Amino acid sequence: MELVVCIKQVPDTETRIKIAADGKSIDITGINWVVSPYDENALEEALRIRETKGEGGVAVMTLGPERAASALRSCLALGADRAVHLQDPALEGSDSLGTARALAAAIRRSRFDLVLVGQQGVGTDNSQVGPMLAELLDIPHVNVVTKLEIANGKIRAHRQIEGAVEVVECPLPAVVTAQKGLNEPRYASLKGIMAAKKKPLERLGLQDLGLDAADVGAAGARNRWTRLELPPARQAGKILDGEPEESTAELVRLLRDEAKVI
Amino acid sequence: MDFSFSQDERMIRDMVRDFADGVLRPQVQEWERRGEFPLELIPRLAEAGLLGMSIPEAYEGSNLRTPSYCLAIEELARVSASAAVTVSVTNSVCGYPISRFGTASQKDKYLKRLARGQILGGFCLTEPGAGSDAAGIVTGYRRAAGKFILNGLKSWVTNAKIGSLFIVMATRDRRERGAGISAFLVESSFPGFSFGRLEDKLGLRSSATGEVRLDDCEVPVENLLGEEGKGLAIALHCLTVGRVGIASQAIGIAREAFEVARKYARERMAFGRPIASFQGIQFQLADMATEIDAARWLTLRAASMRDRGIIDFSKESSMAKLFASEMANRVTYRAIQIHGAYGYSKEYPVERYFRDARVTTIYEGSSEIQRLVIARQLLAETRSNAAD
Repeated sequence: MELVVCIKQVPDTETRIKIAADGKSIDITGINWVVSPYDENALEEALRIRETKGEGGVAVMTLGPERAASALRSCLALGADRAVHLQDPALEGSDSLGTARALAAAIRRSRFDLVLVGQQGVGTDNSQVGPMLAELLDIPHVNVVTKLEIANGKIRAHRQIEGAVEVVECPLPAVVTAQKGLNEPRYASLKGIMAAKKKPLERLGLQDLGLDAADVGAAGARNRWTRLELPPARQAGKILDGEPEESTAELVRLLRDEAKVI
Repeated sequence: MDFSFSQDERMIRDMVRDFADGVLRPQVQEWERRGEFPLELIPRLAEAGLLGMSIPEAYEGSNLRTPSYCLAIEELARVSASAAVTVSVTNSVCGYPISRFGTASQKDKYLKRLARGQILGGFCLTEPGAGSDAAGIVTGYRRAAGKFILNGLKSWVTNAKIGSLFIVMATRDRRERGAGISAFLVESSFPGFSFGRLEDKLGLRSSATGEVRLDDCEVPVENLLGEEGKGLAIALHCLTVGRVGIASQAIGIAREAFEVARKYARERMAFGRPIASFQGIQFQLADMATEIDAARWLTLRAASMRDRGIIDFSKESSMAKLFASEMANRVTYRAIQIHGAYGYSKEYPVERYFRDARVTTIYEGSSEIQRLVIARQLLAETRSNAAD
């Protein structure tokens, strides 16, 4: 079974985000870059499927600048078999659709049975690339999956929905987007890091992908970031003193008159 | 000169950091309180590859470069100094000497099992009457009927009771001093081998330290490590490597003490302001961070000299160990001072860092021995043959 995992390199979730001077991007100085946490779940699931089946391979792909290669290397260290880095000046500034187009073109280059991606890329949180990939590849997709079973060329995927679990079946090949809880990602090992150095990391540009520069990157983007703002600073909390009867009455009054929530 | 980490070094550091924060941190307080080595940790350490850092890849190790090894020990020590020393000892004075001096069959027999965590290793040099005076050991050996027979008592053995393979230094005749000493690979299952009592220690409470007794202990001839009479040279060589590991352990302890002190200083209010706004606290934090950085680069320099094939880096290794261990004591002292009375309480972790740091100026060569090593070399070298 051939598995493809698409990942995104994002700022460490503990980063204190600052807005860059242009007012529409983030200041990347000093940021520690990591693999988006949901993508780690996607990779872990692919590794487990390969280990259970005892055959097949896991390819990990990303679209991103030079620095994104380190995210691919850490996936190779965790156990992926090969990596594909989509890197081209024409791909820079891609929106979700441009990213999905490039990834779909790269995925189509080899045989594949299942594509796994994180349900959202932490930071931009669009949750679009997975479903778009499925549309572009013309295959089914199940998103925000918390449990995955594979048998007889089909998948059974569990999704957490309001008050219940929905179970979806679909044939392979398919795209699945991973939710937290799908699995517990493993730790890398020193041997894995050493072995990763010997694994193939392929770089593909626009020509290799057979794409038109007008469909991807900043040129093909259907949406643009026009402005970024930090959320308003949180107001200091209020502590109500006094006897319970008085403070409760005061709390009710504040909730009604000031916060206007009741 | 580029003082930056390579991609490999960053990956290794990040991996061990994640491991330490994810696997060790949730339980370290409980392990330290119990004062026993958590045996359930061994398979996790092995899985992560931390027990085979100085073992070749052919024997399932990861054969790390020395600076990477230092970063790994530092990251472990940041969370658990006890786990760091257990790992450091298994690697630097058991896995490494077998990899470096062992015969093909010794390597086949032991290295994979060490890397897999099936056995833990230790090192037996120190005796109740011989610590800094390593050539003065009295544990003796003699040859009899195709075997070596060892007799003596070894003390302060890290991984006592939990380890099953020990590199034991013994002398054929104590009057020969260093020239009479040989190194032996001794399994805890050999006839005549037993463990004595475990030490009740100030710090590193969850690392196992104790006595090894050899009563007519029978060691097969093929378990001689290196040549006969070369035992002390092997031991001192391994300790030179081990010292950068202990320096890294001290740096890890100090880093964590600094982090908690900085956090506390930002949060603790006095006179209506966070105490971090007072210069008296700021200067302490500045000194702590400066000393930590100095120790780290001194240590990484020694580590990189080893990888550049500089055979004698004992002066630099001793400088790193001396400075880092003394620094860790100063930094953890200050971390408690910044915490005030809370720092003296077990409610906060900082008292543990203070206790854990203390031994780093004592074991694997006391600060006084490091100064001797440094001075001897300083006085032997001239300006033209000093390294760098």
